[in-house]
Amino acid sequence: MDQTDYVGAGDAARAAQELLSRRALRRLTERAIEALLFLSALSSVGITVGIVGILLYESFTFFEHVSIVEFLTDTQWTVLFANPHYGIMPLVTGTAVTSVVALLVAIPLGTIIAIYLSEYADRRVREAIKPVLELLSAVPTVVFGYFALLFVTPLLQKVLPNLSGFNMLSAGIVIGIMIVPYVSSLSEDAMKAVPVHIREGSYAMGATRLQTALRVIVPSAFSGIASAYVLGFSRAVGETMVVAIAAGQQPNLTLNPAEPAATITAYIVQVSLGDLPHGSIAYQSIFAAGLTLMFMTLAFNIAGYLLRKRYREIY
Amino acid sequence: MFDALFAIIGLLALLVGLITLLALLADLAKEGAGRLSWQFFTSYPSRFASQAGILSAWVGTTLVMLVTAATAVPLGVAAGVYLEEYAPRNWLTALIEINIANLAGVPSIVYGLMALGLFVYQFRLGQSIVTAGLTLALLILPIVIVATRESIRSVPGSIREAAYALGATKWQTVKDHVLPYSTGGILTGVIIALSRAIGETAPLITIGALTFIAFLPGAPVKSEFPFVSFEWLMSPFTVMPIQMFNWVSRPQREFHLNAAAAGLVLMAMTLAMNGLAIYIRYRFRKRIKW
Repeated sequence: MDQTDYVGAGDAARAAQELLSRRALRRLTERAIEALLFLSALSSVGITVGIVGILLYESFTFFEHVSIVEFLTDTQWTVLFANPHYGIMPLVTGTAVTSVVALLVAIPLGTIIAIYLSEYADRRVREAIKPVLELLSAVPTVVFGYFALLFVTPLLQKVLPNLSGFNMLSAGIVIGIMIVPYVSSLSEDAMKAVPVHIREGSYAMGATRLQTALRVIVPSAFSGIASAYVLGFSRAVGETMVVAIAAGQQPNLTLNPAEPAATITAYIVQVSLGDLPHGSIAYQSIFAAGLTLMFMTLAFNIAGYLLRKRYREIY
Repeated sequence: MFDALFAIIGLLALLVGLITLLALLADLAKEGAGRLSWQFFTSYPSRFASQAGILSAWVGTTLVMLVTAATAVPLGVAAGVYLEEYAPRNWLTALIEINIANLAGVPSIVYGLMALGLFVYQFRLGQSIVTAGLTLALLILPIVIVATRESIRSVPGSIREAAYALGATKWQTVKDHVLPYSTGGILTGVIIALSRAIGETAPLITIGALTFIAFLPGAPVKSEFPFVSFEWLMSPFTVMPIQMFNWVSRPQREFHLNAAAAGLVLMAMTLAMNGLAIYIRYRFRKRIKW
């Protein structure tokens, strides 16, 4: 009796100990897994650090050879020539012109589509059309480049006979159409988020649909619409293949969209296609160009943030 | 009156988008359909447009996508799970979240510059398939993370509470209950992300992908021990969009026809992936009813 009791107690103790160690092990695995998941999430911060670090590091060596004043004020960008000039301006104007053309296409189209889908179209039409429209942003950009060079440019040349084969106009138009889904779907989300009672209030005052849309919904949703525009602009500025294919490769300080001109991104592609020795100044120049690109998008994002803050409506 | 007018303007604006899409497809088909043949898929690029094909390009695309998926999916899903299920509300979590939102707005070519400086020269991975795959993986990571989070968020809290009530640990709950229920959404997001990666050209040109490749990377399977080989990871490569870009930028019209044919193949891949994503979303939505 005593004996068996004793054994039983020992068993219980051993079982308890086993349970304890199993629990400890279990807690350990839980901790390990959580740490692993945390590191994965942190890796996204690592990407940003990598991007900023590499851009700054390589640009730093570039700016040891080229003064920032020359970089910002020289009107020629001829890094690959025997007598090199390092003025980023021609590339910046190229980027600015194509992006402005793109926005001139995307903002009206995108906003009208957003108003239409949010305020006019019935649910079934919307459900059917949205996925198709979103396919526009799924088309590979190199295909859009082909389209700009070999379809849109010849089409434009029928209207403007003097248009050169490479030009910023057709590249800009195509980028504009490409970013319509970004602008329209974000704007629509913003308009959808306007509370129904505001809409009903407007109708109750006898306003028509269009009056409600333009004078009530759009102003109320303006902060969301503004961020849609900013996102569209970031896309246009960073777009590479369309401009590399259709806008030409020569840096050209001009604001005329009918002319060919290289953008910042097209320049990076052009240099990367050639086999430049690592560490040469031309190699470093693409990082300086990339840094400029980042600053342009950053500036616009900050502007967008301020705009959003200024016009935010809280319900 | 103005109301009806605006309805028409709205429809017209929509039509501009849809007609562009149709014109693009029709133009590609008109120019490129004649070049699509068995020979086109099984030939290397060539100086002669009529003999050139996309063999090295589609093999390259497939291998790069393998590396991309193998990196971005585990990393992205793990990050999404952490942010949605584990993350405490503190400044670090806020930093990670703001960072992911900002990464989605970084131009893709900038990822290419980062990969050029970091992977190609600092880590000495060279201008290889593994560099390309990692670059695209980082590029689509935010998409995978966001898709994972949204999918996990839609799993009702009662499912988690039921698991906890039966004594499951946090990880057991996530692994056995939350993740299986959100597979549909995650899969949809992953496919959409990969379809974006397939069309990406700029970052791969930046890391120095070649445009003329007339050989295939080493086979991943060997006849002698250990039967698998990872030599292909370090091989130079080209991908579909770069091949197309190469053909577009030549002046001869015959090469433009090749470009259109390559574009057609690329569009077919993209549309098929998007279609698959829509189908999966539909299937899973139908199967799961809370």
